[in-house]
Amino acid sequence: MSDIIDILISASFWAAVIRIATPLIFATMGELICERAGVLNLGIEGIMVIGAFTGWMAVYQGMPLWGGVATAMAAGMLFGLLHSTLTVPFGLSQHVVGLGVTLLATATASFAYRLMLPEVTSPPKIEPFQPLDLPVLSDLPFLGEAIFQQTALTWAAFAVAALTAFTLYRTPLGLALRAAGENPAAVEAQGLSVTALRMGAVIVGSGLMALGGAFLTLSAFSSFFFEMVNGRGWVCVALVVFGAWKPGKAVLGAILFAAFDALQIRLQQTDLGAVLPYQLFLAAPYILSILALILMSRRAEVPAALMLPYNKGER
Amino acid sequence: MRLEPIANPSTLRRLGLPALALAATMAVATLLALVAGADPFATLGQIATGALGSRLAVLETLNRATPLIFTGLAVAVAFRAKLWNIGAEAQLYAGAIAAVLLGTGELGSPWVLPVSALAAMLAGALILLGPVLLKTRLGVDEVVTTLLLNFIMLLFVSYLLEGPLKDPMGMGWPKSPALIPEARLPRIVEGLRLHWGFALALIAAVLVWIIQTRTTLGFEIRAVGQNPAAARFAGIPVNRVLLKTALLSGGLAALAGWSEVAGLKGHLSQDLSPGFGYTGIIVAMLALLHPLGVVISALFVAGIFVGSDAMSRTAGVPTYIADMLLATALLFMVLAILLTKMRVVRG
Amino acid sequence: MTQAQAKAEVVLRLDLITKSFGPLRANDAISLTLRRGEVVALLGENGAGKTTLMNILFGHYVADSGEVDVFGQPLPPGQPRAALKAGVGMVHQHFTLAGNLTVLDNITLGTESLWSRGRGRAVARAKVEALARDFGLVVDPMAKVSRLTVGERQRVEILKALYRDAKILILDEPTAVLTPQEAEALFATLRKATALGLSVIFISHKLHEVMAIADRCLVLRHGRVVGEVDTHATDKARLAALMVGGELTLPKAEAKVAGPMLMELQSVSTPDRGPAPGLKAVSLALRAGQITGLAGVSGNGQAALADLMSGLAQPASGTLALNGAPVTQWSPRTAVAQGIGRIPEDRHHTGSIADFDLTENAVLEGYRSRFSKAGWMNWPAARAFAEGIIATYDVRCPGPATRIRLLSGGNMQKLILGRALAPGPQIILANQPVRGLDIGAIAYVQSQLIAARDRGAAILLISEDLDEIMGLSDVLHVMSQGRLSPAFPRGSMSAPEIGLWMAGQGFTEGRHAA
Repeated sequence: MSDIIDILISASFWAAVIRIATPLIFATMGELICERAGVLNLGIEGIMVIGAFTGWMAVYQGMPLWGGVATAMAAGMLFGLLHSTLTVPFGLSQHVVGLGVTLLATATASFAYRLMLPEVTSPPKIEPFQPLDLPVLSDLPFLGEAIFQQTALTWAAFAVAALTAFTLYRTPLGLALRAAGENPAAVEAQGLSVTALRMGAVIVGSGLMALGGAFLTLSAFSSFFFEMVNGRGWVCVALVVFGAWKPGKAVLGAILFAAFDALQIRLQQTDLGAVLPYQLFLAAPYILSILALILMSRRAEVPAALMLPYNKGER
Repeated sequence: MRLEPIANPSTLRRLGLPALALAATMAVATLLALVAGADPFATLGQIATGALGSRLAVLETLNRATPLIFTGLAVAVAFRAKLWNIGAEAQLYAGAIAAVLLGTGELGSPWVLPVSALAAMLAGALILLGPVLLKTRLGVDEVVTTLLLNFIMLLFVSYLLEGPLKDPMGMGWPKSPALIPEARLPRIVEGLRLHWGFALALIAAVLVWIIQTRTTLGFEIRAVGQNPAAARFAGIPVNRVLLKTALLSGGLAALAGWSEVAGLKGHLSQDLSPGFGYTGIIVAMLALLHPLGVVISALFVAGIFVGSDAMSRTAGVPTYIADMLLATALLFMVLAILLTKMRVVRG
Repeated sequence: MTQAQAKAEVVLRLDLITKSFGPLRANDAISLTLRRGEVVALLGENGAGKTTLMNILFGHYVADSGEVDVFGQPLPPGQPRAALKAGVGMVHQHFTLAGNLTVLDNITLGTESLWSRGRGRAVARAKVEALARDFGLVVDPMAKVSRLTVGERQRVEILKALYRDAKILILDEPTAVLTPQEAEALFATLRKATALGLSVIFISHKLHEVMAIADRCLVLRHGRVVGEVDTHATDKARLAALMVGGELTLPKAEAKVAGPMLMELQSVSTPDRGPAPGLKAVSLALRAGQITGLAGVSGNGQAALADLMSGLAQPASGTLALNGAPVTQWSPRTAVAQGIGRIPEDRHHTGSIADFDLTENAVLEGYRSRFSKAGWMNWPAARAFAEGIIATYDVRCPGPATRIRLLSGGNMQKLILGRALAPGPQIILANQPVRGLDIGAIAYVQSQLIAARDRGAAILLISEDLDEIMGLSDVLHVMSQGRLSPAFPRGSMSAPEIGLWMAGQGFTEGRHAA
């Protein structure tokens, strides 16, 4: 017990929490935008992989870090375009297409990796984003290390979350997106294109998912591994449910989740870690996600038209 | 644009469009080979000969197809009921664990195979039962729960192989002890490296086909999948049907793991399945969820994998071309199937 | 038409509009002219092509040929946005509102550039409130739409159009879901609107409404204009003959002596489901040889009663008794087994499985008890059963292997009717059995129900169409907010009196003396 308290009062723990939460926030916002417009995007896992790969490869090939970020986002949006073309105007099963996109994106990353680096045994490292040195804030005792020594991408993640919330609830565009997820016929009757809104949401959302992946290579690990996303995308799908499709709650969910993840990593080094198999700690995030889904199952207000394709000719 | 249903699709449309989807996949293959700087025709040729070019190659393809038939059937059964079981990977490992638990012990020899097969099916079914109960009782989406269970299961297997099921003779390598000979599936023909698992997979496909077309359960499964509201209204116990579907689906996926351990490998290791559970989704979709079609599409998919492995050793195109082609084929195929039933019209 | 209107400017002109869906010609060279301040009715039975025509005008569909002019300018096809901009507002038969959003959000949706910051809710709200005052459309702008009554939702739909400064209002079957009093209020609103210079197209199949509100009337049949008449110079009988194309009258149910009580609800309550009310201590008796009608505005608990009777819901309190014996086990399957024939409200989503063929749909209820043995389907028997229904109930189709989605609504309903009636049920639930059908199918379905009554079945008929209820029922109840009115014998109540009950007046708190 005292181990846990020691961990919780250490500044490095909270710095890790925010770091671990960053890719989850990006991808969760991306998924949330898709789902608020009525499209479940199960391409998320693969799109995170492609984001991680393209961002890293672009930088490895000589682009600046922000160029890598832009490349990752563009790659994610391309897969978002594929996903939304099949699920929106053609109205194909969002489950099947989403899994197909995940398989395709993952395979594309693996194929391109082997093609571009046929010989290497361990992937090369790049020079990643460095923590920003904020005047005054970064030098605060405890808080400085716990919160204010993060990379620009982390700050961008929180900015994206704020922007998502603002857009959804305070602008005509957000109203239209939410309406598309509630009743597409209402959107069409007011002269807006459901197809354009939903496709746009999926494309932008996929871009954000790819950013989540890019954070892993450009900020967290400085390199690309095949299994690095490792189910984070599916966790984010659960986080959207946990956050009841609301950006603020979803961010809190991501932080809570990251806290448990950071905690389990540190607990492995304590006496508890010596007793319990380490696999149990590694499984904790997935178990936690399932518990979150169970907890929220009856409470959340699901967008009414989620997963329902809209074909305006249907009578 | 707008989609309009076609009253009576022509035969040309119903067969031509899926053929076009496969042709388009081939076009993508050509493109990928060109990107990799290889001669596309040679690449495709090498994939074909790698899969079918020799007796050894054919046997390898058949062996690779065996678990894919089981997982493909598992997915096809579940998807028919619109039960999105993406957890065939976890169920597969559950079956493999059962094969090891019962196959390395002192169980009476003549019964060990059927008992371990039944235990495997039960284990796989139980793995899927949880997510389905969460779906029917609490409305928790089964896609995410079955996906997450895959990761949990892999960690559980890792724990078993480093702990209770560790082979003391494994020289530190995380694998289970070998199965006793009585617990191994014999080869179909002595001297040929093809085990009875393949024949069992074919039998399973026929049985699933019979269940779907001839029994009340099959009728119920199709009704629940097509329109649960109408099925419930008509008096079909939707939740009970979903549970039965889950038992069948989980059991079939588990047989994939069981037959890999009992037929091919003889032990359990961390790399037993290179994603057979996920590939089962592609197999099932390419087969249009038809159980007999699953056999054909599993052979096709296995051929692409085996052929690509062989090709990449010589032609220098990464073996991941197989995964790309299959994912592409999946997406093209679902689009083609839609367009056999609907046409795109203006306004 | 008055002299002034004859001279008024033409605001809308449809010219030779033609539209086909597959082999079906929904609109065949239809032309229409609308003048400023005028109400033109589009009259026709279900399937005559009224809604299709208006969907073309509004840009939901693109016509195969023909042109639309608004204020002398051609309207680009297939763009609702262009129609809205030109001043056309449409109130759809099925409301197009997002239930989880507020009234104000629904009204302002799409009225501002998506890339703008928006102009603030206070301004929008003030405009909505001013419009509501001017046109007599009272509704709380900040309320969530899912909490509103059907009548209020319709007001929101009209406000949506007015907020965009619509000059031409299209109303598709606007009274179908209203009480007679609400319909009167709607007419008052429309008169205010035309006095202010708006023009209205009023789609209906109800003659008395057309006579009451319209200046001119276009009669459609099978996608063609079969007559254009001045309502002041015609009468209901002539309109009816034009609409139906001859003398086709609906069956009349002669009064009969009721038999014993077959089904009884005693003070049954069920939980609310979201905004939809459950049953509130409902007591109801269904007697042999009697059609019991249930009137009410949709969403007032009829669905809860239908779910209870069809086995989908169980009483939370109170008892449900069949032939005097209270039921304990209650599910759709036991309901069928107990001899309840059920015709569901929505034939597409609960009554049938679109991609199943007619055989499979025909045995959906009886597959286990009658068409299988030990878990094995008896397909030859199933096919024979389907063929029997097709022959007996006059289902027009290529054969039992046809997918049901290819059938017209009327033929689909006949198959469902046959499935429910073939076993000879003693108790029948008919929930909106003729909604959306053409007149021939309506007459057929109603005559089958009357025949079932005459052989001694107890029938509960649920409908939002008051004329239908009053025409067929031996005894009727009204539902409001999940409460059930006392039983009113045939002919004891006028339509306006029933309307008051539909609006919730007359109910005393607690229970009624039956």
